[in-house]
Amino acid sequence: MSEETIKKIILKEDEDYIINMGPQHPSTHGVLRLEVCLNGERVKYMIPHIGYIHRGMEKMAEFNTYKQVIHLTDRMDYLSAHINNEAVCLAVENALEVEVPERVKYIRAILDELSRIASHNLWWSAFGMDLGALTTFFYGMRDREKVLAIFEESFGSRLLHSFNTPGGLMHDVHPNFRKHTMEFVKYFRKKLPDYKNLLTDNVIFHNRTKGIGVMDKETAINYGVTGPSGRGSGFSCDIRKVAPYGIYEKVVFREILYREGDSFARYKVRMDEMEESLNILEQLVSDMPEEGGFTAKMKPVIKLPEGEYFQRVEAARGEFAVFIVSKGEKYPYRIKFRSPNFSNLFVLSKLAVGGIIADLVATCGSLDLVIPDIDR
Amino acid sequence: MLLLDIYSFSTLTSSIDESLNNVMVPWLATLTEFVLVGIVFLLFYALLGLFLVYLERKVCAVIQNRIGPNRVGKWGMFQTIADLIKLLMKELITIKNADKFLFNLAPFIVIIASFMAIAALPFAKGLQAIDLNIGIFYIIAVSSLGVVGILIAGWSSNSKYSLIGAMRSGAQIISYELSVGLSVLAIVIFSGSMQISTIVESQADGWWIFKGHLPALFAFVLYLITATAEINRGPFDLAEAESELTAGFHTEYSGIKFAFFFLAEYMNMFIVAAIATTLFLGGWMPFHIGGWEGFNQIMDYIPSIIWFFGKTFVVIYIIMWFKWTFPRLRIDQLLNLEWKYLLPLNLINTVIISFVVLLGLYFK
Repeated sequence: MSEETIKKIILKEDEDYIINMGPQHPSTHGVLRLEVCLNGERVKYMIPHIGYIHRGMEKMAEFNTYKQVIHLTDRMDYLSAHINNEAVCLAVENALEVEVPERVKYIRAILDELSRIASHNLWWSAFGMDLGALTTFFYGMRDREKVLAIFEESFGSRLLHSFNTPGGLMHDVHPNFRKHTMEFVKYFRKKLPDYKNLLTDNVIFHNRTKGIGVMDKETAINYGVTGPSGRGSGFSCDIRKVAPYGIYEKVVFREILYREGDSFARYKVRMDEMEESLNILEQLVSDMPEEGGFTAKMKPVIKLPEGEYFQRVEAARGEFAVFIVSKGEKYPYRIKFRSPNFSNLFVLSKLAVGGIIADLVATCGSLDLVIPDIDR
Repeated sequence: MLLLDIYSFSTLTSSIDESLNNVMVPWLATLTEFVLVGIVFLLFYALLGLFLVYLERKVCAVIQNRIGPNRVGKWGMFQTIADLIKLLMKELITIKNADKFLFNLAPFIVIIASFMAIAALPFAKGLQAIDLNIGIFYIIAVSSLGVVGILIAGWSSNSKYSLIGAMRSGAQIISYELSVGLSVLAIVIFSGSMQISTIVESQADGWWIFKGHLPALFAFVLYLITATAEINRGPFDLAEAESELTAGFHTEYSGIKFAFFFLAEYMNMFIVAAIATTLFLGGWMPFHIGGWEGFNQIMDYIPSIIWFFGKTFVVIYIIMWFKWTFPRLRIDQLLNLEWKYLLPLNLINTVIISFVVLLGLYFK
């Protein structure tokens, strides 16, 4: 945006036709407000307004112990809650130089990938709805249910499980965990062609997404767009490859990259990632050791030595990072979360300009935003 | 064809007419008949609208791996009636700064337009309220009046979403009107008449979709696409694109006024399906195969009203199927589809049909 446009926006100089998409709007998936200025149906500019679900998590974290902070991270990107937990756990473990059992690493990675599948699945469902294909929602939800059932069996909760804890896991997984995960992998492999037939191969869907919301690699890097959205533009940013953590060094998998940068490329990245996650799951489940406990020995009160600690993980929507400043107490002195959706949202105001409202909805859907993660 | 006459409704209607004329002066008898027909249509309209909403819920449930409504009554049969009662009891909210007169008028225009169209539909043998000599022209003319109501609704709501929805709808319906007209014209050329009873009679020995060779089949496909667009249903439901415009032109309507739009939408779906049935699928005529006398007689035993509604609901199912499987088009793609593809194809098809009819190349 040029300086002149910004001036115009702030001063509201000309009689622009402005509509507010949100805070309650079906396509923003939460309390996000997009101030859209239209010329006919074409978007002149778009300003995202955030903060409707701001809970001050970073400040809250300063009055909570490290074990309690984990429960806060659940409530950010609630669809990849497990992966967010892991970031804090890894940061604390690295700070204390604790070596967690090999088995824990395997279970964490399995849960990561299951969360990723569940998250991408929900995105697929909602993206179809954004574009008017209402049936995708029920197909996606049906299969996501299977993942949630696995979660429920082991942790008792389905969405915000807070199963990770510094040093390992809260308790051991259910004896059927391995069996049911394997069953799910087989089941979901059979269901993926359905997804392809229903939406991926649809001509109208191609028209709606190909060449829409094109983001080049430069833009992706400048705005810090990570995760599948960034990889759709050819920005190699998979933390599992760039800075491997946990068991990911031992796993053989492919980083999905598409160079087109349009909504369809972002769509394809996520669809391929679901398949790749299934491959990872197969390797992990077959290699997972049966014995080895579920936690390392930890002190009851965790105090981090004075210093600064940083850990990043690949959440379902991009790079999730946690930066901890400790003064040697049981509470963190300061915590900064780097949430992927915050960066992913603001590129939307660049991508939406020049398109029409329907394109804005398609682009917004393809970026896969989770609003509590933006506001924190 | 003799057997068919048992089920003819003209015996029933003429006996009512006679008995009324016996007890009343002629003008009063005619007036009473008007009122009776009006009441019958009003009831039919309301009940069919409710049934279509229920049907859509069940159909989409089947497509989406769900059960659908199953709590109110057996198989959830009274769900839509419960919904109607809820809508009747809701407050009618009028928006601040809205044009009150037009805001209240719009739902009535929409519902009247669709109500007028069903007057000319042939539901069964001898069951047609008015058989105009330009029947099909009349139906197309009155059913396109609905767009006026939609435009008024969008304009008077004092809401930006409504306005965008209404403008989209206006652009869409006016464009698709042409293609619908042309594909209907195909059958008018074949049968050589605009009178609906004549069109139905001309299909006694075979439906136009079979008799008219490929051009008629092609016209049928074009009609289905354009008619779906004309009634603002998915994948062409841009006027009320939920994920873009929340609810489009009826965003600000509540209670029974919203229900009017809703009901009119479903009745429009019925009307376009009924027109498709009448023009292409033989109306209330049974399915006959030339030379198979036994088979044809069995077909004749099925009452004509069942034939009509059976065919209509097959077409309705296809239209519902579209909605629940396809993503929505974009407004520019929608208009491109019409002006760049469907309209030229329709024009070419009309010319081809004219030659087919002139040279007598169809089955007679």
